[in-house]
Amino acid sequence: MSIEVRDIHKRFGNHQALAGVSLKVETGSLVALLGPSGSGKTSLLRIIAGLERPDAGQVLFAGEDATRQDARHRRVGFVFQHYALFRHMNVFENVAFGLRVRGRATRPSEQDIQGRVRELLELVQLGWMADRYPSQLSGGQRQRVALARALAVEPRVLLLDEPFGALDARVRRQLRAWLRGLHDKIGLTSVFVTHDQEEALSLAHRVAVLNDGRIEQEGTPDDIARRPATPFVADFLQAEPVAICHAAQ
Amino acid sequence: MRPLLRRESVLPGFSLSLGVTSAFLGLLVLLPLAALAVKAASLGPAAFWATVTDARALAAYRLSFGASLAAAALNGLFGLLVAWVLVRYPFPGKRLVDALVDLPFALPTAVAGITLTTLYGPNGWIGRHLEPLGLKVAFTELGITVALTFIGLPFVVRTLQPVIEEMGTDAEEAAASLGAGRVQALWRVVLPTLLPAWLTGVTLALSRALGEYGSVVFIAGNMPMQTEIAPLLIMTRLEQYDYAGATAIALVMLFASLLLLLAIGTLQAWSVRRSLGEAAS
Amino acid sequence: MSAIVAARRAQPLTRAALSASEDSRPVRLALTAAALGFLGLFLFLPLVAVFTEALSKGGEAWVAAVSEPEARAALWLTLKVAALSVPLVTVFGVAAAWLIARFDFRGRRLLLALIDLPFAVSPVIAGLVFVLLFGRQGLFGPALAEHGVKVIFAVPGIVLATLFVTLPFVARELIPLLEAEGRDEEEAARTLGASGFQMFWRVTLPNIRFGLLYGVILANARAMGEFGAVSVVSGHIRGLTNTLPLHVEILYNEYRFQAAFAVASLLAFLAIGTLVAKALLERRIGGSR
Ligand SMILES: Nc1ncnc2c1ncn2[C@@H]1O[C@H](COP(=O)(O)OP(=O)(O)OP(=O)(O)O)[C@@H](O)[C@H]1O
Ligand SMILES: [Mg+2]
Repeated sequence: MSIEVRDIHKRFGNHQALAGVSLKVETGSLVALLGPSGSGKTSLLRIIAGLERPDAGQVLFAGEDATRQDARHRRVGFVFQHYALFRHMNVFENVAFGLRVRGRATRPSEQDIQGRVRELLELVQLGWMADRYPSQLSGGQRQRVALARALAVEPRVLLLDEPFGALDARVRRQLRAWLRGLHDKIGLTSVFVTHDQEEALSLAHRVAVLNDGRIEQEGTPDDIARRPATPFVADFLQAEPVAICHAAQ
Repeated sequence: MRPLLRRESVLPGFSLSLGVTSAFLGLLVLLPLAALAVKAASLGPAAFWATVTDARALAAYRLSFGASLAAAALNGLFGLLVAWVLVRYPFPGKRLVDALVDLPFALPTAVAGITLTTLYGPNGWIGRHLEPLGLKVAFTELGITVALTFIGLPFVVRTLQPVIEEMGTDAEEAAASLGAGRVQALWRVVLPTLLPAWLTGVTLALSRALGEYGSVVFIAGNMPMQTEIAPLLIMTRLEQYDYAGATAIALVMLFASLLLLLAIGTLQAWSVRRSLGEAAS
Repeated sequence: MSAIVAARRAQPLTRAALSASEDSRPVRLALTAAALGFLGLFLFLPLVAVFTEALSKGGEAWVAAVSEPEARAALWLTLKVAALSVPLVTVFGVAAAWLIARFDFRGRRLLLALIDLPFAVSPVIAGLVFVLLFGRQGLFGPALAEHGVKVIFAVPGIVLATLFVTLPFVARELIPLLEAEGRDEEEAARTLGASGFQMFWRVTLPNIRFGLLYGVILANARAMGEFGAVSVVSGHIRGLTNTLPLHVEILYNEYRFQAAFAVASLLAFLAIGTLVAKALLERRIGGSR
């Protein structure tokens, strides 16, 4: 399902976090929101999910206005930066949560819930961890549980806030490839936030570069890398490889 | 600008929780305290002034503040000692002792009152040994101070304990490495670090002591002009159906409590700033 | 790092090395002894004294004192008052904590100060204000009398005074706990389709349950043990408006010391139970963070 945001504005106190952001995400694509810390990436993602209300502007799902719709009715899968797993529930119950809280009319039978959760845990390769609690998992495993939990409710879109932010470099690369594979397999419209340009450029179909509450450039990774539209984008892309080179030497 | 009431939030329950909270606070706290103001106003300024400054009332304030200050000071001393020992030194049965510190919070004040009176009375386990020394405790100012110290001790210990824990030993070690002796390190490094929390604890103990009734009435003796604390004077006026008189004195005490509450708020803010500043550096 | 280790090793083992933050053994022993002596004299001795006095005439006298009709009536009233006030204080505490910890609004700090206020008010004043409201000469006294409702010198007044003094307990426990836990899990529950009630019941409550229980236990101890505030509004009508603490006072003032301490020992049990529960729960709360 496609997502569109139109001219979104959001203020926190006297800080303008988003100043007129418009963006289209085509059905089935994987889009990265790239930008420095404080540029408004998380705010935009939370507005799409309905976790935050914009001061002005619109959010549309499949062309329909969802700006005033409650988060719980948007059917958005949201993966939090620090996972936000339910501490007092084991992995299985975490994933089953979204199914169990449905109204009686649409709630699957216990057997179907069992089947569906097992299936998802297989998908994220954690079938054998169903009985563990979040505190007993590694960061990468928590990340995958959070993903399975978000997918369990059959969301129409998937939103991920710095999905690899809290992981070490090796796990990060593995999980990145795996996520791309997963996306190719299920084809769910997805938006992820990152401040790592390599991640954005290698993983996403399209990249939107944010700076100070505005989108500086939106395009394919190729566009962004080869034809930076503004000095900021050029600078931002320049800055990091150099740093990486230094670190590698 | 902040909206008048809510900041938009996806979390539900703002109106419900605001409604419940305001209803409780309005009916149980604001309305009753307003009644206090209304009643005091009905007295008129001259009569009010006469009531709150008559000799018996003045004696009661003097006793209440004096004994509460003395108790707070004792608690400042012993509370610091207890908190320091509980955090720094190992000894057997520590968890039990630590739990015992909260006894004055948990023990109903009337029980504390009759027990202390019995212990410090002329025939009591402790009073018996003090009497020959010419020290009368029960039914004197000294007894009142003992009861108020009992009631206030946990405040000082419990506000100091986490700060001593958090402080660690780095600063002392640094001081020692700079050539400070142990006493110097304690005096110049440790005590200043603990000061905001220590003052907070002492003020909390003072505030509690000023209003305390149950643990004090039994041991106090309750002689007007001599061993009658302010809360008891309020009680006495009430029993004589002198509601306006009781209210006037209550208002004076309430005002003192509010000032202390303000002081505590300021001290706590200082305390937090201090520890944040240290975490940042 | 390894240099420090090496330096430590190099010190002759015979010289008991004191690290800079350690006090010498005699100082340590002296301070520990002083602290324990103080606590023993000030806290432990009174606790022992309650039970010694309670049993000073043997077990039978103890049983007789706590089972006489007036003591039983007092116990019953105390339980009743706690059963009425603690649930209300719990509802208030959860609502207030949710409001303070999850929303930002104008007047929030004022509300927070009001929540704390009952802690700063003398229990005697807490009782007095309800006499001024509902007593015979009170603001609503005449209206209530007309309808035959008795608040002061009756159970409703005792419950009101108890509510006033216990009001902050649960909220005070929950506010820092909710603030420390953050709102991520609750937001996650919302995006997964949970209703407000489901979110609260399945996510918020399980996360704060030990803190909540802790607050409830503290509120209960205060509710059952409150003396000053209740004393003002109760009227000390034997068998009718006497709670356990008030009954202790009456017995004591009648010079029935052993009976007074017998009833007091029931309250001391309550205090010990509270301390044990507190020690156990504190570890659970600390552990879940
Ligand atoms: N709830 C809030 N209250 C106040 N200010 C906020 C809030 N949320 C975000 N902001 C501010 O809005 C701006 C954008 O924040 P946002 O979290 O969207 O940035 P970000 O691009 O996700 O940064 P990061 O990479 O550090 O996560 C920041 O300056 C931040 O301080
Ligand atoms: Mg962010």
